[in-house]
Amino acid sequence: MRARLLAMNAGDFEQQSVVGIPSTVSRQNPTPPSPPSPPPADVRPMLEFSQAAVRFGYRTVWSDVNVSVMPGEFVAILGPNGVGKSTLIKVALGLVPLSAGTATVLGAEPGQAGRDLGYLPQRRSFDQGLRVRGIDVVRLGADGDRWGTPLPFARRWSAQSRAQQERIDEVIEMVGAGQYAERPIGEVSGGEQQRLLIAQALVRRPKLLLLDEPLDSLDLPNQAAVAALISRISRDEGVAVAMVAHDVNPIMSYLDRVIYIGQGGAVSGTVEQVINSETLSRLYDTPIEVLRASDGRLVVVGDPEAPSHHSDRHSGRPLP
Amino acid sequence: MIAVVAATVREGLGWNLVDDMRQLFELHFMVNAFRAGTIVAVVAGAMGWFTVLRRQSFAGHALAVVSFPGAAGAVWLGASATAGTFVASVSAALVIALVPRSASGGGDGEDSAVIGTVQALALASGVLFVSLYGGFLNSLNGLLFGTFLGITDDQVTTLIIVGAAVLAVLAGIGRPLFFATIDADVAQASGVPVRMLSVVFLVLLGCAAAEVSQITGSLLVFALLVLPAASAQRLTSRPGSSFVLTIVLAVAITWVALAAAYFSVHPIGFFVTTIGLGVFVVVTVAQSAKVRIQRRGRSGFTSQGLAA
Repeated sequence: MRARLLAMNAGDFEQQSVVGIPSTVSRQNPTPPSPPSPPPADVRPMLEFSQAAVRFGYRTVWSDVNVSVMPGEFVAILGPNGVGKSTLIKVALGLVPLSAGTATVLGAEPGQAGRDLGYLPQRRSFDQGLRVRGIDVVRLGADGDRWGTPLPFARRWSAQSRAQQERIDEVIEMVGAGQYAERPIGEVSGGEQQRLLIAQALVRRPKLLLLDEPLDSLDLPNQAAVAALISRISRDEGVAVAMVAHDVNPIMSYLDRVIYIGQGGAVSGTVEQVINSETLSRLYDTPIEVLRASDGRLVVVGDPEAPSHHSDRHSGRPLP
Repeated sequence: MIAVVAATVREGLGWNLVDDMRQLFELHFMVNAFRAGTIVAVVAGAMGWFTVLRRQSFAGHALAVVSFPGAAGAVWLGASATAGTFVASVSAALVIALVPRSASGGGDGEDSAVIGTVQALALASGVLFVSLYGGFLNSLNGLLFGTFLGITDDQVTTLIIVGAAVLAVLAGIGRPLFFATIDADVAQASGVPVRMLSVVFLVLLGCAAAEVSQITGSLLVFALLVLPAASAQRLTSRPGSSFVLTIVLAVAITWVALAAAYFSVHPIGFFVTTIGLGVFVVVTVAQSAKVRIQRRGRSGFTSQGLAA
């Protein structure tokens, strides 16, 4: 962990975001969305949990969770392993029912949001032998849930099909995947797959993106580049992003807010408001110390379940 | 192999292609064999394409094996063998569908244990039915290893009705099924009924396996169900092209195998399997050669760039 912290500083991120991702979006977009301003008080949240709880049998995953994500916000959902961060996303998708409280997604019940919701599940990667092009995977985000079978040459006579193709090309360009979108997705790298999947989630112009550990299983330069990409998309497309992460550091500079989950509830606020010794000690009811390295990185120490120890997920890989 | 070729020539295959073709279609049973073979190949190709993509080849094989006790049991009970194969394969498909698939999909873990058990039970009960039937079950070889002799008009009608139904349902669920195959989690989150599609697909696979077993026999369905799709998907990663190519390959393999079986004394199952395998081997070797050439070309380019 120390090695990782020392290897990167805040300056690296800026550099990555410039070098790694060509920022061509604003040029292509005829009507660039206005930069996010603090939402007015009467704006309805994209995602809202109130007094929410999930129990599997006798086990309470979490309870008394009150969180909200406002339009255009980039919010990280943080917390130790096994605390139910992914469960929170699954509740929002309508895949896991709440046992108490209410959840509202885009003003509707979970599972009803449909086209306005983009989702990126936690995964390792596609099978290497999968002989399907990246662009086909992206296209599934546009029409994969429609019954029937794609007809050959539909683009020649269907304006709708042409418009869809244009949007697919646009999102592929947006995530910088033009070079490898025609290659079988099993053959491209993890970071490239992740970019294609972000493109897939974006095809339908969602208002809310739910990302489950999109930086997991990526190497550090890719983590930084994908984090910068997500932030840029959130800003340029005006999409609210709720992103589950186990390490706040790669995304810290982009975040509007963080939501920290514990068993007995959740706290949300800016990074400074939430990730400090006092707030986290209160949330987990155990002494926790948050250290700030000289370059601004945060290290959480104390609880054996705290995020600073989660880097063991990467122990299979040599540290840079 | 030499004996096979010798036998082929002995049976009257000449160098006059037109004459050979005329001979091939002279007899009604042979015309029926080509009709049945073509229907079966189209269904096998279409279903096989999804089966390979979904990594359910093992399930497809098991469902085909189940058609053997279905046919044998039907004969023992004095019913139609064709009907027996369909009932058995579709019931087995439902049994396999009842076992929840693991999140990673494919024929691993608990799935393969269940499928293997179904398969063993199927072969065992098939043998029992043959024994219960008592008399010499003439078609035992045909049931297991395939035959193209004596396909009746009724059988062709059954094949075409079931085949058309399978293809119609497949056309209706094609796109969401593809989505659920590639990316089950995201598909489910977008409202695709992943679990239901998986059950429907297995039932379709049961029908297809029962169809294919009429030509290749229960044990060799794999050849027509999996080999054309596996070959086509290696040749191109465009879904539309590889789907069409799969069906073309399946039909071509079946036609060549039927002709070969007609002019020789050997069973069709052997020809379908070896021709299918031949195509697969050629494609795989060509594919890896192409990758090697590309890689060499790319590295050559890079070193040139560095030199410059």
